[in-house]
Amino acid sequence: MIVRILGEGQWRVAPEAMQSLNELDDRVADALRKDDQEALQSSLALLLEQVRAGEPLADDDLVESDLIIPDSSASLDEVRAFLEEQGNGEGLIPG
Amino acid sequence: MAGIFQRISTIFRAKADKALDRAEDPRETLDYSYQRQLDLLQKVRRGVADVATSRKRVELQASQLNAEVDKLTTQAQRALEQGREDLAREALTRKSGLQQQLGDLQAQHAQLQGEEEKLVRASTRLQAKVDAFRTRKETIKATYSAAEAQTRINEAFSGISEEMGDVGLAVQRAEDKTQEMQARAGAIDELLASGTLDDPSGTYKDDITRELDQLASTSQVEDELAALRAKVSGEIAPATKPVAPAIEGGAAAPKAQPAQQPVADEEGQS
Repeated sequence: MIVRILGEGQWRVAPEAMQSLNELDDRVADALRKDDQEALQSSLALLLEQVRAGEPLADDDLVESDLIIPDSSASLDEVRAFLEEQGNGEGLIPG
Repeated sequence: MAGIFQRISTIFRAKADKALDRAEDPRETLDYSYQRQLDLLQKVRRGVADVATSRKRVELQASQLNAEVDKLTTQAQRALEQGREDLAREALTRKSGLQQQLGDLQAQHAQLQGEEEKLVRASTRLQAKVDAFRTRKETIKATYSAAEAQTRINEAFSGISEEMGDVGLAVQRAEDKTQEMQARAGAIDELLASGTLDDPSGTYKDDITRELDQLASTSQVEDELAALRAKVSGEIAPATKPVAPAIEGGAAAPKAQPAQQPVADEEGQS
């Protein structure tokens, strides 16, 4: 399982960590629904901690991530903006 | 995991796929993408330079504010020595305002430093990936027919696209931060240029500033005189003055007076 933290790089996370990552993902979704910046920040922080505990990928590895996670400073609006991004091929990913 | 992060990943991927659909021959896609990667690398380096410039400006301003704070401390001390507690209080009030600004600046500085480090790291990562991509690109072009190459191209392409998306975001973010800082820095520049803090009673401020300056210059003249006298009489001038006692509260605040003549005081440029 390859996970990218935006602005930080990629890590290889062991499959057994997935269970708790899933739970944290639910908590993030919950925080978004409730508009709770603090809950978002704390669940993101825990999530990132787990990912960083994995094995960092070498800089020259050309591997696609299974998951992409915003970094800890992301705000509710930023995460929402990610999710509302309508791909126009020019925004997030330069060709 | 099919929640938030799955969706974000899908967004990244969808965009990468869109970009892939552009070229007729997949091998052209490789060259096109490589060009875009080099462009982005340029952009990241510019971003690093911009953030560094902004950071240095904040550093410069902080040292200017520091000098201003020192000056006000001296002014307060001299005012006290001459029994002008009202002036001393005013100088200290301004000093505390400047110290708040200084605190803000330090926070900004830390932020900028963080962005700068992130961008430098991103630049290193992207460079390594671009090099890897170039190697793979040449291999693919030399070894495979267009049809066969498609799968391998997709693999190489999706890996680098994601990195580019990520780095692109980081650059965007750093740019936003830098612009925000520049605006605030401009405000502080003005503050430093006027040599005074925002004060609701503007006219009164001019008088105070003039009085403080006068005190300072009088004291400086006295100091120099004393030093000269000492020189002439072959003594060594005292290096330090006795420290003034700490201010005690309870004195009446200075009352505002109407300005006789607004004095455009161009001081405070340290």
